[in-house]
Amino acid sequence: MAAAGEFSIEENATSWRLAASGDWLMRSAGPLAAALDDLDPRPKPLTVDLGGLTALDTGGAWLIYRTARRLEADGVEVDLVNASRDHEFLIQKVAENDRPCTVEEPEGPALLVLLARIGRWAEHQGHGVRNALGFMGLVAAATGRMIAHPSRFRFTSFVHFIEKTGFDALPIVGMITFLIGIVIAYMGAVLLRPYGGEVFFTDLLGVVMLRELAVLLSAVIIAGRSGSAFTAQIGSMKLHEEIDAMRTFGLDPIEILVVPRFLALLVTLPILAFFGDMMGLLGGGLMAWIVLDTPPDLFITRLREAIDMSTFLVGVSRAPFFAAIIALCGCYEGLRVEGSAESVGYHTTKSVVESIFLVIVTTALFSVFYLTIDV
Amino acid sequence: MTENPKNAIEVEGLTVGFGRANILENLDLQVREGEILGVVGGSGTGKSVLLRSITGLLKPRAGRIRVFGETVTELDMEARTALEQRWGVLFQDGALFSSLTVAQNVEVPLREHLRLPQKLMDEIASYKISMAGLPQDAAPKYPSELSGGMRKRAGLARALALDPEILFLDEPTAGLDPIGAAAFDELIRELQQTLKLTVFLVTHDLDTLHAVCNRIAVLAERRVLVVGTMDDMLKVDHPWVREYFHGPRSRAAGISRDGH
Repeated sequence: MAAAGEFSIEENATSWRLAASGDWLMRSAGPLAAALDDLDPRPKPLTVDLGGLTALDTGGAWLIYRTARRLEADGVEVDLVNASRDHEFLIQKVAENDRPCTVEEPEGPALLVLLARIGRWAEHQGHGVRNALGFMGLVAAATGRMIAHPSRFRFTSFVHFIEKTGFDALPIVGMITFLIGIVIAYMGAVLLRPYGGEVFFTDLLGVVMLRELAVLLSAVIIAGRSGSAFTAQIGSMKLHEEIDAMRTFGLDPIEILVVPRFLALLVTLPILAFFGDMMGLLGGGLMAWIVLDTPPDLFITRLREAIDMSTFLVGVSRAPFFAAIIALCGCYEGLRVEGSAESVGYHTTKSVVESIFLVIVTTALFSVFYLTIDV
Repeated sequence: MTENPKNAIEVEGLTVGFGRANILENLDLQVREGEILGVVGGSGTGKSVLLRSITGLLKPRAGRIRVFGETVTELDMEARTALEQRWGVLFQDGALFSSLTVAQNVEVPLREHLRLPQKLMDEIASYKISMAGLPQDAAPKYPSELSGGMRKRAGLARALALDPEILFLDEPTAGLDPIGAAAFDELIRELQQTLKLTVFLVTHDLDTLHAVCNRIAVLAERRVLVVGTMDDMLKVDHPWVREYFHGPRSRAAGISRDGH
């Protein structure tokens, strides 16, 4: 490899002379640019001798051109001499392509940008509410059509999503509710001990698990696991124009993509919530047996005193609502993907955050509701 | 071309495969410095696989790939990075980074490998974009706002950012209208002459082969079947090569004069 690009400069009586040598390539452009920017031969003319160049690429050619352009603008005469034909051609080529352009659209003043952003956000939220309502209507209509014409129901796809969102989620839902069951049983016993109420940890475990936690935990796991998958699947189908292709066949994407996912979650989430109930009680019971010296038969007897059917129903009755929230958020955000892969990520995050938020709001509303009607 | 051409790329005994099947087997190919080599072959014959193997994106099962005399597969990280700066790759759909503007895309390799002041980088990006035949107002746009042809030109500007010596092009004219494709062919030829590039061009486009390539390599049966000029290709007596270079599309492109 030849020498890195460099130049020497000397002053004569009537002019300056710059002799370039070595490889004037893109990779040595940094130091060369800094040195050339300091050049100021005013008022004498400058002769640039390119005879010593061993190699030149567009990077080096651009440096020569931009220096000449800058000096000529300052009223210095610049003369390029001894350039080989190839080098001269290259310099001429970059000169032809001197069309400055903006790298990024400049932003306006900070206050204006802020105001514009708030305005856009508000408008966006308004449209969001309208679109979400519209989407719910579309899904409801498609589900209604399906009930009127059961032959149009996509049974295979429905079963597929039951497996994906339900069966495949059993290990994670079971694991998490089991662990939380252990924690609640143990913490309950420890906290109630000073009051002599250690035996009531079964009440705490049963009520908390069955009424609130098992269904909430299942919903959060499913939002992260299946809601995000819905968005990503539908979103990338949208990017690859698969949804448009469906429409051209007269197929309704809502009917084909959304309804099976929606109905599948409606079926699986209550089952998962029930499974979570059982695993939570199992975890608590195991903890009771091993650490708290409560044998299984005693644990079950106490549990039966603490809870009844309504405790279980209060919890599981929320599952279909959560399922609807997760499925609708996931599919809705998926259908809103456009443009690039970045958009898939953005909407996936949004669907998970939205559905978990709405699930928790709904939980709070249900808890208040059930307390009010005294169940 | 120089009188005694050196090889920019030498591939010896290359075998690449996925799972149980080998896509390429014992493949040999030389690309001379300063030439435009067109690589053709039916769908699934491994043209893109060959390109990806040479650029190190795929690990071969056997064989040796030398670029500028350096064995690609045996280099350490530092030497690899140095070598990677000497080639540029244009992927099929441009493969622009979607979160950056066109100009920022062109600046990515500059920023990564060179220490240049921002102003100089902006200037370099500007003339590269102009050289790739894009209008100035395309520079601050995001890839999703561009047409397919413009994305390819932007990808080309980015591939050329570091003034590479070898340019890999993966189906540069696929998906372009005939006028756009012809303009792109012209652009490749002009850039190759201006910058003295060695071009490795994977294509399906007979017009491109005819218009820009010095030599053509035909991939079939997991190896390079023949290498030669367009005239050589017309004399080859292999069924696929005959079909390809003497077919109706070939006559339309004015390459083959036999038949009607």
